[in-house]
Amino acid sequence: MSEGPIRVVIAKPGLDGHDRGAKVVARALRDAGMEVVYTGLRQTSAMIVRAAVQEDADAVGLSVLSGAHMQYFEQVAAGLRTAGSDDVVLFGGGIVPDDDLPALREVGVDRVFTPGASTEEIVRYLRQAVAERRSRRAGAEAGR
Amino acid sequence: MADDRTPTVAGDAHDTEDDTVPTPRLDAWRRDTYGPAVARIPERSTASETLSGIPLEPVYTEEHRSRAAALEHPGEYPFTRGIHASGYRGKLWTMRMFAGFGTPEETNRRFHALLAAGQTGLSTAFDLPTLMGYDADDPMALGEVGRCGVSVSSLADMEVLFDGIDPEAVTTSMTINAPASPIWAMYLAMAQRRGADLTRVGGTTQNDILKEFIAQKEYVIPPEPSVRLVVDTIEWGPREVPRWNVVSVSGYHIREAGSTAVQELAFTLANGRHYVQRTVDRGVDVDTFAPRISFFFNVHNDFFEEIAKLRAARRIWARWLREDFGARAPRSWTLRTHAQTAGVSLTAQQPLVNVARVAVQALAGVLGGANSLHTDAYDEALSLPTEAAALLALRTQQVIAHESGVANVVDPLGGSYFLEHLTDEMERRALALVAVIDAQGGVEAAIENGWFAREIGDASYAEQRAVDAGDRVIVGVNAFQAEAPRVPLQHVDASVARAQAERLATVRAERDDAAARAALADLRDAAVSGRNSMPSFMRCAHALCTLQEQMDVLRDVFGVYEEPVVL
Repeated sequence: MSEGPIRVVIAKPGLDGHDRGAKVVARALRDAGMEVVYTGLRQTSAMIVRAAVQEDADAVGLSVLSGAHMQYFEQVAAGLRTAGSDDVVLFGGGIVPDDDLPALREVGVDRVFTPGASTEEIVRYLRQAVAERRSRRAGAEAGR
Repeated sequence: MADDRTPTVAGDAHDTEDDTVPTPRLDAWRRDTYGPAVARIPERSTASETLSGIPLEPVYTEEHRSRAAALEHPGEYPFTRGIHASGYRGKLWTMRMFAGFGTPEETNRRFHALLAAGQTGLSTAFDLPTLMGYDADDPMALGEVGRCGVSVSSLADMEVLFDGIDPEAVTTSMTINAPASPIWAMYLAMAQRRGADLTRVGGTTQNDILKEFIAQKEYVIPPEPSVRLVVDTIEWGPREVPRWNVVSVSGYHIREAGSTAVQELAFTLANGRHYVQRTVDRGVDVDTFAPRISFFFNVHNDFFEEIAKLRAARRIWARWLREDFGARAPRSWTLRTHAQTAGVSLTAQQPLVNVARVAVQALAGVLGGANSLHTDAYDEALSLPTEAAALLALRTQQVIAHESGVANVVDPLGGSYFLEHLTDEMERRALALVAVIDAQGGVEAAIENGWFAREIGDASYAEQRAVDAGDRVIVGVNAFQAEAPRVPLQHVDASVARAQAERLATVRAERDDAAARAALADLRDAAVSGRNSMPSFMRCAHALCTLQEQMDVLRDVFGVYEEPVVL
């Protein structure tokens, strides 16, 4: 199904407890009409993948401020692939140096928002990324 | 008592009305002078309130004169104007830069560099596994070892971390909360093994678990037993390590999580009062420990509001300790505080602009009478600070201290109509919020029912919306955007985890296992029986028990806390 509100899982992987950004983004997405599941703290990558599959999420956003972003994004991307959900839009936010962006893109992270990003920017991005995903899906189903 | 200070309005020497009546002169000024002025050039929309939403008048005069402030002097109760009569005229504030990354060896090198650069105290940042009570080789620590602080899993790491640093000569602050007791015990055991006398060892453990539940979320066991461990340190510390500040009650993280300045002030003081009350409830004389409780506030962007916040904090605390708790020693009444510039205000865009933000915030800390100060490095919205960026931040403090002249007069802004009014207003609003906490049954109740999380969540969301809407200008973010040259960043070597795991393996292989097991059994007994746990943590430290072994005992006895998810 390619209609209906955008469904997003916002997750805090690992030990990091800094949840201000995750919560602000989750509220902004909700206020923009999306269905948002916020996982709460200290999620393993497997828990996040499970939530994404169970919620039939269009997008998964990870918030990492501890510097351990590479491994969590890699693990979640791999988990989504294994679950057959590798077309889920994977995005993130946190203290992430520009130098790490190419490597993150390579493992399947579509976009990373760093301090100073506006919630409007994130809403706009998700609407477009999810629309593209849904039309790809519709195309794939039509061609079957 | 205030009569002899009744305002005399310039040109109207005979006019000495009561100060509750607005002076006709000010009303006339509003009508005749200010009105036409703003008719020509309208007020900017952001000029009407502080960051915390306190309404602002265009100007402050005798009309807003503070009754409280007229009687206040530095070094005297209620210490609004500072806890030292001589302010910074004698001793400057302690310049204490928070540092830690990678292995204990790497952080030890940074410590020596900071001391060589003129820093006057150390402040240790630990990595997330340490903060959450996991050893560096545990699967839970994977990918996090040494990332946002230094990794410490046992006494062996602590000895490397402070190699070549005399614990009797340099005071050390440690930002550690859920595992504060075992980490402090490792530090003290390190000092003892070097022959130091614990009565001469000074420093601070943050050890403020309440703000972890409220804001930073690095808690392990539930609130009630967590507070019990803090009270154990408050009871034990002043007796055994009298120069140690056992708790640094922290508003910093509450603010970073998104609270306003008023909320930061109210929540922090309420937390501090809770520790005092719980310790007094145990039958401990308030004057034996109150002087060893210190504070840690944020200094954010709104210059005067931040100064007013620090002044109001000292006034409220002094009144509570003297009047509510009946403390007799003046040292029990004084709120001593560390301050740090607002990490959350740093931007990834045009990072060098952060140098200016930090300088303004640091100046507010100094004019607010902070007793020690950390200045953030300009690159911290992107990574851990590089050595060069951290040095520039320290230099910023040194310029304020030695070149600006602001340290030469005690509380130089005291008596400013605006600042004194704002100080009173911060006090009034904070006390109103404390009453809301009390009405719910206190801070532990307001943690467990999610009230703090809602308050902070609402405030941070409102702030973000104001920035997104352009109502609040952040230079380089929603105004004056430009491409900026990239700055060099600090990288943490992935080999840290391996090095730390190797040292842990050595510790486990070489220690006296029976002694370690006995120490852990003793800790379990203290946890179960309720006797003071600090002697057991000391025994565990000397027996080279690892951090996680000790925290696992607590997890096993008390369980692991999970917060209600509040959006």
